Amino acid sequence: MTESTYRIHGATGDWEVVIGLEVHAQITSNAKLFSGAATAFGAEPNTQVSLVDAAMPGMLPAPNRECIRQAVRTGMAIEAQINKYSRFDRKNYFYADLPQGYQISQLYHPIVGEGQITVTLDEKHPNSATKTIGVERIHVEQDAGKLMHDQHPTRSYVDLNRSGVALMEIVSKPDMRSPVEAGAYVRKLRSILRYVGSCDGNMEEGSMRADVNVSVRKPGEEFGTRTETKNVNSVRFVMAVIEHEANRQVDVLEAGGKIVQETRLYDPDKNETRSMRSKEDAHDYRYFPDPDLLPLELDDAFLAECRASLPELPDAKRTRYETELGLSAYNAATLTAEVETTRWFESLVSESARAQGKSESDVARAAANWLLSELFGALNRLGKDLETSPVSPAQGAELLALVADGTLSGTLAKQVFEIMLETGDAAGKIVEEKGLKQTSDTGAIEEAAAKVIADNADKVEQYRGGKEALFGFFVGQTMKAMGGKANPKVVNEILKKALG
Amino acid sequence: MERARNASAARMSIDLQTVKKIASLARISVTDGEAQALVPELNNILGWVEQLGEVDVAGVEPMTAVIPNTLRLRDDVVTDGNVREKVLANAPQAEQGFFAVPKVIE
Repeated sequence: MTESTYRIHGATGDWEVVIGLEVHAQITSNAKLFSGAATAFGAEPNTQVSLVDAAMPGMLPAPNRECIRQAVRTGMAIEAQINKYSRFDRKNYFYADLPQGYQISQLYHPIVGEGQITVTLDEKHPNSATKTIGVERIHVEQDAGKLMHDQHPTRSYVDLNRSGVALMEIVSKPDMRSPVEAGAYVRKLRSILRYVGSCDGNMEEGSMRADVNVSVRKPGEEFGTRTETKNVNSVRFVMAVIEHEANRQVDVLEAGGKIVQETRLYDPDKNETRSMRSKEDAHDYRYFPDPDLLPLELDDAFLAECRASLPELPDAKRTRYETELGLSAYNAATLTAEVETTRWFESLVSESARAQGKSESDVARAAANWLLSELFGALNRLGKDLETSPVSPAQGAELLALVADGTLSGTLAKQVFEIMLETGDAAGKIVEEKGLKQTSDTGAIEEAAAKVIADNADKVEQYRGGKEALFGFFVGQTMKAMGGKANPKVVNEILKKALG
Repeated sequence: MERARNASAARMSIDLQTVKKIASLARISVTDGEAQALVPELNNILGWVEQLGEVDVAGVEPMTAVIPNTLRLRDDVVTDGNVREKVLANAPQAEQGFFAVPKVIE
């Protein structure tokens, strides 16, 4: 754990920034938190709305077990206290996207208590300093509907499809001290949620959004007054909000002004935050326990299933990749950051081990290198990702096996891989059909080498006269004469002998 | 402890300003005359409720239901929705499948 040295340099000296984040994460479920309507993204307006979500009189909420389960599993993944007793409260306010006139949330007794998330501050250097950021609580609540303002000159359109979808609100402690720390926290939280499967982490579709609390102080002094910037929907914007808002607060304070505790909005086009005056009154939410819902009590069997169903999490996986599979710290960190990548990698490793009849630790390093350089390079070039990859883990494993048993040289493997990307054919089939097999046929290689030596008498003389760098030239020419199919090791041996 | 706090607290009372604020938060329009009439009414209700504070409930768990019962959870299955006509039936104005409301914009 290291202290952040991020400071705003003001006219009166250096200022420290204090950051807390409230992340709203949509819980992955088929149906809504309190109704049987669907949650799928992108449906026709108001088609995924039940009479409960539309707040028709007499409708009663009934909680979705899966939403509760995912919140508990998320809490367990951040080593948090799980509250076997929790309760739902009504948060009262009026807005056109909230037909009930209140949001069902958990103020007094949240389902998850204190936990923590450890982040690596410089993600490009996985062995650099880490910091543990406290999580205050996670509670479960309903999402609101969606307002559209640009469809009609004098009306706003309301779509209630999102109304009643389950959210987790993950509230951090004010433990972050720089935009980089906040960015690392959001990325790590997103990674954990995706491993657990409790949220798809899709920030573009609004599945994850953050309320950013920022205040400034002179180092060592008490916390300053904070502002809260609502609904920030990317890591980059979270970092931009902090930087902008901290600088704005320093300017206000140094000009002799005061920070007003208020809600602000971020405008990405102008890269600035502005006050939401309409919400001034909104903090008076008049919370009270929802009389429609009994307290939520979880039994040991429920908790045991939640714990047993947790997957291996990013930090544990990263350590295992280093210690058991022998990967570099960098490769281990890169492979474990996204759950899709680890799934692909683990499938590639197990297929490779099977194809080569070796242990996973024997094949893991080559598999990691190939995935991170060759496959990612190709996917980038093609504008694809692992999900849409034209090559499957089993096909990749077949290619790696052909390299491991000497059938293909590194150069040939690249050629075969290109053909695999184009045709989707298996590596073995391509090798057979195109005759791309590497040859260790010493007779053929000796013949080619002899011809290269005969054709370049001047260079042979220079080489023998001490210009040893020319050796690479002979290797290159011989490989070229062999159509790239010669075993490089055999070429080297033969040339060394022939050139004396 | 709860009881002691209630008993020792000064009797809660509501003034005209509070009535107006509550009305505004609840989006209920009241005239000045109505608000003035509501001050003693609400204070009377609070007075009755505060009598409950005199009961000693030290060590008594809050009762959440008359019969012992636990919150029942449903399975994560889509059983509802696709009732847009019903959802929009009472809307004063609906267009293209949306509720249409007076423009609310930040």
